[in-house]
Amino acid sequence: MDLRGNLLDIRELRVTFHTYRGVIKALNGVNLWMDKRERLGIVGETGCGKSVTAQSVMRLIEEPGKITHGEVWFETRNLLALSEDEMTKVRGREISMIFQEPKSSLNPVFKSGFQIKETLLNAKKATPATAEAEVEKILGYVGMDAARVKNMYPHELSGGMAQRVMIAMALATQPKLLIADEPTSALDVTIQAQILELLSDLTHKMGNAVMMITHDMGIVAEFCDRVVVMYAGNAIEIAATKELFRNPTHPYTQGLLRAVPRVGRPGELKAIPGTVPDLVDPPEGCRFHPRCDYATEGCKKELPPLLEIEPGHFVSCYLCQDGGCKPVKKGEEEPW
Amino acid sequence: MATEKTSLSFLERNKPYIDDLKHTLFLFRKSKLTMVGFILIVIFLLVAFFGPLFAPYDPIEQNFPARLQGPSREHLFGTDQFGRDIFSRVIHGSRMALWIIFLVSAISGILGTTVGIIAGYFGGLIDDIIMRITDMFLAFPSLVLAMAFAAMMGPNFTNTIIAISLVNWTTYARLARAEAMKVKEQPYIEAIRSVGAGTGRILFLHVLPMCVSPVIVQLTLRMGTIILTAAGLGFLGLGVQPPTPEWGAMVSVGRNFLVDQWWISTFPGFAIVFVVLGFNLLGDGIRDMLDPRLRR
Repeated sequence: MDLRGNLLDIRELRVTFHTYRGVIKALNGVNLWMDKRERLGIVGETGCGKSVTAQSVMRLIEEPGKITHGEVWFETRNLLALSEDEMTKVRGREISMIFQEPKSSLNPVFKSGFQIKETLLNAKKATPATAEAEVEKILGYVGMDAARVKNMYPHELSGGMAQRVMIAMALATQPKLLIADEPTSALDVTIQAQILELLSDLTHKMGNAVMMITHDMGIVAEFCDRVVVMYAGNAIEIAATKELFRNPTHPYTQGLLRAVPRVGRPGELKAIPGTVPDLVDPPEGCRFHPRCDYATEGCKKELPPLLEIEPGHFVSCYLCQDGGCKPVKKGEEEPW
Repeated sequence: MATEKTSLSFLERNKPYIDDLKHTLFLFRKSKLTMVGFILIVIFLLVAFFGPLFAPYDPIEQNFPARLQGPSREHLFGTDQFGRDIFSRVIHGSRMALWIIFLVSAISGILGTTVGIIAGYFGGLIDDIIMRITDMFLAFPSLVLAMAFAAMMGPNFTNTIIAISLVNWTTYARLARAEAMKVKEQPYIEAIRSVGAGTGRILFLHVLPMCVSPVIVQLTLRMGTIILTAAGLGFLGLGVQPPTPEWGAMVSVGRNFLVDQWWISTFPGFAIVFVVLGFNLLGDGIRDMLDPRLRR
């Protein structure tokens, strides 16, 4: 098997949710990959499938959701082919996840130290004798007064502290991949910066790869090596962070960047017209075509393949085929 | 920071808990009926634990010369048709009642909670099957069902316990299921799964503790009913067998002599009323005291 990334390779992943309204096609053949120690950002609007992608990697999709197609290669194994028991061993030990709402992600009836200890023991990363010391060490890593915090219940922690405990818990088992599902969305801006810095330092030191799911372009620019832009269940553009900000190619990516305020760029922000399509009945072909200024008849027929327009820069758009990629004339307007 | 904390006295550190306890006691003292129930149950427990030490006669040994005597100084509650002292038998009967309450609560509580959290957590087909089974149990009046089980298995102490447990567990199963369904939707369950906890671990470490408190409250509320069911079975001859002192059976025996020797049925009957009333008053009181809507 020729894997595109040496840590993770998601191929043609399709996920559907069966509801009374119909079948929601949440993921429509997602392709993305990661190398070891890499920091990959996944951006997109609400409902574009960022979190579902993460949950599929962990195999935490709940009823009525179902992975209908695709492969998730983690190192040398296809995670979707593992038994539930084998998958339980992957979770926590090799892939960990932190969530958006840190305070409700901790069990309210146990002290935070106990919850970290349980995770360690469960992953067999510590023995009952060494666990206590290990917990204090880890809480120290995330910048907390271990002796005090380990005896605190989740309701006694602030949001930022709770997220630090979650990070401690997720990294305690030294996973190869940490999935962070909007880890700072529920926190205020100063705490956001601290948490990001902490994540950055720790994963740098421990050598974990990070999949950062966010809708904040600022976090992407700050934190990630490479970015995947998702729209309505597809990865539509993949590029190194600098390349993406310098040379956004998919019309949707361009729209996203135009909608972000920038220092030194006066004038109104331009929103992308229209709304995210209903995924029960998504548009045929490229799912962005109803909102796209450059859509042609061809866009309505078939989903454009992910093409490499420059080394490491992949785009799923018909405008970019045949070498020419000119959704916007250079020089005339460079709004991003 | 840590030293600052330890320098506080024990009372100061636990002030919120103590205040909460004081409030509970205040509510308790305000409700006369709860106090009455509490006192009745304390007396019942004391009698069950220590009564047999002071019981004047053996509850089983027969003494024909003294048969069918009315209440007197030697026999406070009189004697029955075999000359046994009813006072001693009622005291020993309280032990039997306590045993039945304890065993039935433990068996049906554990069984119901386990089945309930499994149904609630897994949902789907498993839930449907388990809930239809509990529906079948709930479709019959509990005494009738307990009678059927006891008659089927043969009347003795063990089977009485099994029969009453079998009709009681469904209540706890439904309660635990409702709680488990609520808990499994919590974000922390997903978070715990994502750090590698298996199903068994989640069920017993994270779901179970959240489900036991309503079950425990319900257990205390139903203790009166358990005694009543046990006495009912005993009365019908389907419960604990003579000569073991059991209140229901004693009432039943006394029926034959009710016109002339009223005391044989009456005193065990009073004992049943006394304890059932105590449990019901106390249970209602506890429920009100723990109800957050009625607190402060």
